[in-house]
Amino acid sequence: MSAGTYTPNPGAAPVGRMIGAQAALETRMLLRNGEQLLLTVVIPALLLVLFSGVDIIDTGEGESVDFLTPGILALAVMSTAFTGQAIATGFDRRYGVLKRLGASPLPRWALMTAKTLSVLVTEVLQVVLLTVIAFALGWSPHGNPFAVLLLLVLGTAAFSGLGLLMAGTLKAEATLAAANLVFLLLLVGGGVIVPMDKFPDGVQTALGLLPISALSDGLRDVLQHGASMPWGDLGILAVWTVLGLGAAARFFRWE
Amino acid sequence: MKSESARPSPDHRPSRRRFASHPILEVSGLVKRYGSKTAVDGLDLRVAAGTVTAVLGPNGAGKTTTIETCEGYRRPDAGTVRVLGLDPVTEAERLRPRIGVMLQSGGVYSGARAEEMLRHMAKLHAHPLDVPALVERLGLESCGRTTYRRLSGGQQQRLALAMAVVGRPELVFLDEPTAGLDPQARRATWDLVRELRADGVSVVLTTHFMDEAEELADDVAIVDAGKVVAQGSPETLCRGGAENTLRFTGRPGLDLASLLKALPDGTAAAELTSGAYRISGTVDPQLLATVTSWCAQHGVMPDGIAVERHTLEDVFLELTGRELRR
Repeated sequence: MSAGTYTPNPGAAPVGRMIGAQAALETRMLLRNGEQLLLTVVIPALLLVLFSGVDIIDTGEGESVDFLTPGILALAVMSTAFTGQAIATGFDRRYGVLKRLGASPLPRWALMTAKTLSVLVTEVLQVVLLTVIAFALGWSPHGNPFAVLLLLVLGTAAFSGLGLLMAGTLKAEATLAAANLVFLLLLVGGGVIVPMDKFPDGVQTALGLLPISALSDGLRDVLQHGASMPWGDLGILAVWTVLGLGAAARFFRWE
Repeated sequence: MKSESARPSPDHRPSRRRFASHPILEVSGLVKRYGSKTAVDGLDLRVAAGTVTAVLGPNGAGKTTTIETCEGYRRPDAGTVRVLGLDPVTEAERLRPRIGVMLQSGGVYSGARAEEMLRHMAKLHAHPLDVPALVERLGLESCGRTTYRRLSGGQQQRLALAMAVVGRPELVFLDEPTAGLDPQARRATWDLVRELRADGVSVVLTTHFMDEAEELADDVAIVDAGKVVAQGSPETLCRGGAENTLRFTGRPGLDLASLLKALPDGTAAAELTSGAYRISGTVDPQLLATVTSWCAQHGVMPDGIAVERHTLEDVFLELTGRELRR
């Protein structure tokens, strides 16, 4: 490099370009990570295929794929917005990525916007893949698409808040362990593949307040039973969103 | 630890006197506490535009805390910090595009490739350097598709350095840029710092290597226990205050009292071991001439006569009473 190469000429790129670049990088990092792909793509797809084809669980009246698909969509949202985001952000924090970006021209709000975009892009890919599989298995959805979209967005917001809260307060290894454990527990106890009415009444009421149950129940109400707007479930998700994002904003530590 | 390769004498460096130009960085009375521990305790530092300033001190002296306060990571408990005339905390958004930062470690996605990360940092800036050329300049092309966590320590350090300069900043902060590097990689880093300086970029680096400060810095700030105990060019620091030493060997039992009479007041002479002599004081050509002519008068051949110049290490020892870990 010749003389004058380093002559100062500083400046931030336009913020839209920065957010685009950041979202693209975050998405690439996620898709490159084998464990994350297992969590976000392989497990939901496998569960959908397996439980639709094999009569292991009594899913009540109707085709099992009509029961399973809404639950699996809820699981996909949780795997990306909560588990994947918590683990990735936890390690970004541990490796000083958040700190280093904090000294770059990228503002923090732009970094969070980019992370959210990357989560949404991943979810779109998941939903497309899972819907294609579900249709191949004979899925026949009902209901109001706008209600579905609202549930997915609010579910994403609620899980993102909780995931970021975990990533921003715990050590990376603790986040890794806890996020996977929560994923597993909510997979079983959140109405994803096991109908809630399999649990005793008291337990059922408590489990019904979890964000995963609200999301899977709400999606099922619309997609399987044709409900117009599941206000109760949307309400639960809204409360989780406020609590999660509020606590994350308050307690998140960048280093 | 003197380098083996030819090294330009400090006096031949283009002169950029400290306060000839306006300060690009000004820290005054900085205090930073972590709980009951005071990491920085009333630190003052001025950096002139276009210079390389080394913040030199042992581990735990407060170097990183000071640098990170200048980068906007920490809010001062007392004192003021101005970088490029801006407050690093409240005016961070205006400051960040203009500075380059190399953290002591990390800062890269563990799954990112070197060139990919560098390309990304370039995209955050308006007029970045040419990424392939920078990759080649720092020998990072061999990293290929290897992700960050599998790069060697030296490759990780060079990537962090490249990330600090890719946005064409006015001022670059390098925190321990050569810690853990092999001698060849250290030299490559030093060369880049010199190129930055030659192109008008100001550099502030922390180090606990004396030779690094001597080689690179126009200005050295010696930090101990959270304060700057001395600041100046390496030559000034080595000259000022520190007494020099003249050593020679001759026949045992020379009459040192007679020698001292010929020397200026404040000079000391001692026979350390049989026939090994040490003269301490202001060793200038006059003193050297006096000693050799005294020897000639007394029929003494002063073998191995040598003037020992004080190093930054001696200066540090005198100022703090402690050795600097190398």
